[in-house]
Amino acid sequence: MTMLKAKTRLAMAAAMLAIPLGGALAMKDGGTLKIYHRGTPPSGSIHEEATNSTVSPYMGVFNNLVMFDQQVAQNSLESIVPDLATDWSWDESKTKLTFNLRSGVNWHDGKPFTAADVVCTWKQLLGDVPRKMKLRKNPRKSWYWNLKGVEASGDNQVSFALGQPQPAFLALLASGYSPVYPCHVDPKTMRTNPVGTGPFKFVELKQNEHVKFVKNENYWKPGKPHLDAIDWTIIRSRSTRVLAFIAGEFDMTYNTDVTVPLRKDVLQQKPDAICPLVPTNVSTNLIVNRDAPPFNDERIRRAMGLSLDRQAFVDIISEGNNFIGGAMLPPPGGVWGLPPEELATTQGYGDVAANREKARELMKQAGFGPDNRVKVTVSTRNIAIYRDPAVILIDHLKEIYIDAELKVIETSNWHATVAKKDYQVGLNLTGVGVDDPDVNFFENYACGSQRNYTGYCNKELQTLFEKQSSMADQEARKKLVWQIDQKLQEDVARPIIYHGNNATCWQPYVKGYVSMTNSVYNGWRLEDVWLDK
Amino acid sequence: MTSYIIRRLLLMALTLVGMSIIIFIMLRLVPGNIADILFDSAGFIDPQEKALLEEELGLHLPLWKQYWDWIYGLVQGDLGFSYVSELPTVDELGPRIPITAKLAGLSLFFAVLIGLPLGVISAVKQNTWADYVVRIISLSGLSLPSFWLGLLILTAFVAWAGYIPIYTSAPETWYDELALLITPAIAVGFRASAIIMRLTRSSMLEVMRQDYVRTARSKGASENVINYKHALRNAILPVTTIIGIEAAFLIGGLIVTETVFNIPGVARFLVEAIQWRDYPIVQNLVMLIALIVVVVNLMVDLLYAVLDPRIRYS
Repeated sequence: MTMLKAKTRLAMAAAMLAIPLGGALAMKDGGTLKIYHRGTPPSGSIHEEATNSTVSPYMGVFNNLVMFDQQVAQNSLESIVPDLATDWSWDESKTKLTFNLRSGVNWHDGKPFTAADVVCTWKQLLGDVPRKMKLRKNPRKSWYWNLKGVEASGDNQVSFALGQPQPAFLALLASGYSPVYPCHVDPKTMRTNPVGTGPFKFVELKQNEHVKFVKNENYWKPGKPHLDAIDWTIIRSRSTRVLAFIAGEFDMTYNTDVTVPLRKDVLQQKPDAICPLVPTNVSTNLIVNRDAPPFNDERIRRAMGLSLDRQAFVDIISEGNNFIGGAMLPPPGGVWGLPPEELATTQGYGDVAANREKARELMKQAGFGPDNRVKVTVSTRNIAIYRDPAVILIDHLKEIYIDAELKVIETSNWHATVAKKDYQVGLNLTGVGVDDPDVNFFENYACGSQRNYTGYCNKELQTLFEKQSSMADQEARKKLVWQIDQKLQEDVARPIIYHGNNATCWQPYVKGYVSMTNSVYNGWRLEDVWLDK
Repeated sequence: MTSYIIRRLLLMALTLVGMSIIIFIMLRLVPGNIADILFDSAGFIDPQEKALLEEELGLHLPLWKQYWDWIYGLVQGDLGFSYVSELPTVDELGPRIPITAKLAGLSLFFAVLIGLPLGVISAVKQNTWADYVVRIISLSGLSLPSFWLGLLILTAFVAWAGYIPIYTSAPETWYDELALLITPAIAVGFRASAIIMRLTRSSMLEVMRQDYVRTARSKGASENVINYKHALRNAILPVTTIIGIEAAFLIGGLIVTETVFNIPGVARFLVEAIQWRDYPIVQNLVMLIALIVVVVNLMVDLLYAVLDPRIRYS
């Protein structure tokens, strides 16, 4: 196990080193990057989706105001670099963030980019636009709880007014999920034929076939992009697409599509493939319907949290490679997660046998025991990455007098089921767009948040969410984030079972790509990628 | 004969109307609609935004109105828009239908080409090594699921040829296309060929014990004349029926094979459209499949009269 962890860290280090090594070679322009995609993206509008099926292929169509440096594997406040903004500054009260914008940038349709486009984009996200321009879906509304308004001063300056200081607001803007949209293009067109200022122009999406992009010849960054085109071929069958990568049909696999066992197969059959394992910042977690008896009894929820043997999950699912952590992705991949010594003192972690003993006591206090077992269904999405851990969960629940049956929900209906609270116990996966508590806490644990599936609401913690968000001292903030994270696990808000660790593989001649270690949503601009062939 | 065909055409129309009602109701009985599913990719459901979306797509209308709108459009040649891609249904289905049709045709051709002669050989050489080999092949065809066979074929290609025969871009010439379709056609057609093989064998064995075959043999007719002119011609009737049925059921085998070989045909598209509750695509495509099935059925029935002169339709 220790050996495997060491290997994972080595692989991550290799991923971080990959670019400087590649960068030392003379870059070549031209060629088409061929990548496979796991399924048809639901649309081309990044702002309307919460899936890397959209953000991975379409990120290159757009620019942000700022972005995470595509050559730095770990996203953090320190790795934020200018994009459409040339620079930025905070006012005295730290509640007004002003960006100076580049001039001479054009949209793919030839119209000029101005500050008005930035204002439009964030007004759309705040829902402050006429119906025709309203986003059909707005999954990141919760990110902007603190945003009070956006104002342009002329064509090249824009200011964001915040309700309270929020240093990490910049991180939200740096995400692949935060592109600037053109004011003059309506949401429907953005879904089907997106227009951006980015290095690649959208050509066409054919359902079940491909998504194609070509180089933006008028890209404002000199010398970029290096590729002439990017072709994403949609292949639903994972076996087929991985075989196709092995056969050399593709230059790259889809974003973290290669699981630990698959990676072994790939490297066995194609030893020169580059396949660093990276934490995905997608957690597998337990959701409990707090309104459905007997789970409205806090003791039962706590007992369930205590029943988990996380190491068993990690060993079975990923041959020991996934990570155990709290709500925030643990180090070394993550910036904000609980370190091992803090994790060991967190309720529900540590000695499994002792935890389960406590859990059985709690169950007895709630009126259940060996002769009076609880019968439940564990619902989950009908995909292997959901089903497999759900089966292990059912086994663990047996230890505390809970007999569960697996109920698989058709994948496309999963969120509808969860939103309607049509489940008792569920096993869920949660991807975090930016490795920052301002995203994770407000999106998944804040009172009333759309994606707070369990309806967990702790007013005290809500105050702490806001407090940590306003802190300028990031080290002090981290300590508070750890406290919050521990409390979330203690409250069985959404017990985290493990954090995923998967690989993106590419052929050795693909240069300039860095697999990000703390988000699968931010590293697909691909403007630095080139082909050494 | 003419009155029979008219009767059958009327029956076909009734069947299609019934089918349209069934598919319309069944789709609405499946939990969730496109609005739920579109929100799924956003990771949440906002009831207000969802209601707006349902209104935009006409899903808020009473069911009878939705049905009427669909049928009215269908009759006028307006198939509506795909909920997912927001493109006209015709544009989505149009390029995919020929791909599946070619694959289905090739699969059936392969099934008949292999199944029929091997079935005859198996019957003529009953209880010899040739019969045993054919029976083993046919048993394999029946037991191997086509997706698994497809994966085996792909793995073998990658391991031994360093090449994978899947569809990653549109082929430029007809022989490129043929080369791409032949492997999946074998994977799908193998099962159908096994059925044809077994049925031909049993049908031939039955016919070969008939008096007229014995008579032909006593008259000194050659074995080839006996087998192919007297026996096969009479044994082919049930085989024709099964070929017709297999042609209709081929779509089931094509769904998985199109997925494994990444062929952008309508079979795989149909499954995805069902998952997305993309009603315009599913309804119109199912109607098209239903139309093909009833037409093939009619053609098989008419073919009986050609193959067996004793059959007369009135």
